[in-house]
Amino acid sequence: MVKKIYSTYPMVKYLRREALPTALCPGCGGGTVLNAFANAVDALKIDPRDLVVVSGIGCSAWIASPYFLADTLHTTHGRAIAFATGVKVGLPDKKVVVISGDGDLASIGGNHIIHAARRNVDITVILVNNFTYGMTGGQVAPTTPVGAKTTTSPYGNVEHPLPIAETVAAAGASYVARWTTAHVYQLIESIKRALQVKGFSLVEVISQCPVQFGRRNRMKEPAEMLRWFLKNSVPVSRARNMKPEELEGKFIVGEIVSRKRPEFTDELNGIIEEVQERLGLREG
Amino acid sequence: MIVRGDEPEQLGLLRKLYKPGNYFLQGNEALSYGALFAGCRFYAGYPITPSSEIAETMARELPKLRGYYLQMEDEIASIAAMIGASWTGFKVMTATSGPGFSLMQENLGYAVMTETPLVLVDVQRSGPSTGQATKGAQGDFFQARWGTHGDHPIVAISPVSAQDAFWEIIRAFNVSERLRTPVVFLFDGVLAHTREQVRIPDVSEVEITYRRLPAGEEDARLPFGDPYGDGVPPMPLFGHGYFTHVTGSTHMENGLRDVYTPEVHDRLVKRLHRKIEKNRSVYERNEEHFTDDAEVLVVSWGVTARPALGAVLRAREEGIKAGLFVPKTVHPFPGERMRELGKRVRAILVPEMNLGQMRLEVERYVNDDVLVRGVNRIGGVPLTVDEILREIRGVA
Ligand SMILES: Cc1ncc(C[n+]2csc(CCOP(=O)(O)OP(=O)(O)O)c2C)c(N)n1
Ligand code: SF4
Repeated sequence: MVKKIYSTYPMVKYLRREALPTALCPGCGGGTVLNAFANAVDALKIDPRDLVVVSGIGCSAWIASPYFLADTLHTTHGRAIAFATGVKVGLPDKKVVVISGDGDLASIGGNHIIHAARRNVDITVILVNNFTYGMTGGQVAPTTPVGAKTTTSPYGNVEHPLPIAETVAAAGASYVARWTTAHVYQLIESIKRALQVKGFSLVEVISQCPVQFGRRNRMKEPAEMLRWFLKNSVPVSRARNMKPEELEGKFIVGEIVSRKRPEFTDELNGIIEEVQERLGLREG
Repeated sequence: MIVRGDEPEQLGLLRKLYKPGNYFLQGNEALSYGALFAGCRFYAGYPITPSSEIAETMARELPKLRGYYLQMEDEIASIAAMIGASWTGFKVMTATSGPGFSLMQENLGYAVMTETPLVLVDVQRSGPSTGQATKGAQGDFFQARWGTHGDHPIVAISPVSAQDAFWEIIRAFNVSERLRTPVVFLFDGVLAHTREQVRIPDVSEVEITYRRLPAGEEDARLPFGDPYGDGVPPMPLFGHGYFTHVTGSTHMENGLRDVYTPEVHDRLVKRLHRKIEKNRSVYERNEEHFTDDAEVLVVSWGVTARPALGAVLRAREEGIKAGLFVPKTVHPFPGERMRELGKRVRAILVPEMNLGQMRLEVERYVNDDVLVRGVNRIGGVPLTVDEILREIRGVA
């Protein structure tokens, strides 16, 4: 059965066959994210040899690492962006992409994402936000909505979720967008944009974890979660004219920032050229 | 970008920038120049006393050699960035001290598991915790060995002077590249800040080793196998179209995760150990003085090995048959040589700036009838020749 599906799936050429089937639960949003990423790579005709995909630890970290057929680096929890920064400096001409979860990138890795955005390192981050720590059993995350039930907020979450996309935008990223797994085509377009931007780009994807999150919040079917996303999504343009109270519990979707800023590896290489020139070290 | 450090262009740059001769250098500076001669072209770190001059020297010198200095947001990010850069072919280094070394431990384990070459300098300072931040110590002997979790092997090298640091850091890079493994370099705050004469050699005097690369696609398919029987697989660098998967989770020879099969974990972790055990000749190095006929043996390392040598020389003048054994590679501990020496002596003294860490290692290899005694001092002030000599007289 599984083999059959993969044999007719047009994006299978981008997958590491010996690693299939994926370990994701049926109905997990991770599959949609992998599909969207493969479609973006395909549409841009990026040779996977020119891609390095880095991830941390968590269900979402598995989406492309190992399943995407490129050089893939599966790192320690929270540190993917710092690893990716080293990869980018070594391979400035390659596309370096981080795909990982909200717990991984926004909680334990929160410091790294802010500083990579500040430096404007040319990497693309796809942050899969499922409001929880799926892999460790559905505990509360820094993205969990107020009031939501998780295994460690059994009486309802009292903490406020981190607006990670807005935070990264404020830190200096070149491109930031947010979509949900119910906005597949928009998501593909945003990933395409992000991959083409020179500088730090983030695409936050609100994604369903029916097994660990949905089940505890009266949405055990994946489709119920997708309907919840659609019903509560507000485009950025409309959100600008709305009051904070009106935006409570809503998902602001669309492009949050798109701008040109000097890029980190370019700047480092600029320094090298300047020093070589100044000290007369250049050959010939 | 693959940087070996021995390409004609790089050798030309080194020759132009660093004229051979004698210089008056701080330990930290000598170590940094050694790293540059070894081919290090990527440094990621976070400042901490007493290691900061290494970062400062690297920040100033690396761009001259077309290399990269990154000051990351913390030590965790630093070692992470190094590992990423190492997989693109760079020879990489970071330098830190006690608390920073603690923060790096998780990713040090990752580097062991993924067989990533890197050099991690720990300029030991007084602890626990922030302790005496500016004072030297030798308290990280076991943090280097057992700091990260799991059953892992580790190689750690410790020099005895600024000049020694120059050459030993080159050796650290060579071992790391040859065995595809991280190497910990245990320096200390006293040597780091002492200025002394250091001879910078001509680049032709420096031997450089570089990691084994796969011969072709076939060879790159098993980045965690053992095709040569020495436990060291070739390293397929990122960006060469090999589609390599690297994970810190238990993986098969092809790199794919298998965390369920006991045999896979057993095979991987035992090979990591075997690779280090079988290649002792690659990294083992000791210094010995008067060990042939010694009755009292002093075993010391790092900064303390210097007053220890002074004390042994003075004892000899007094007619005491004292000898000195200095492991320069402190992990894996030179147990076999220690056992041989232990059979011939009456007493062993182990001076060090801690409360007896290497002494525990020494004790493991000598019989109960040999007196083993630590000579220990903490608080940031190194032991003196007189203090060690007094102890030698006491057991002679
Ligand atoms: C240092 C460290 N702390 C904790 C863990 C345990 N851990 C594994 S995955 C995970 C959470 C992952 O959450 P998220 O990134 O949101 O991914 P998801 O599984 O929800 O997709 C945690 C806490 C770990 N592996 N390492
Ligand atoms: S636990 Fe949740 S996030 Fe993890 S694979 Fe299952 S559905 Fe997806």
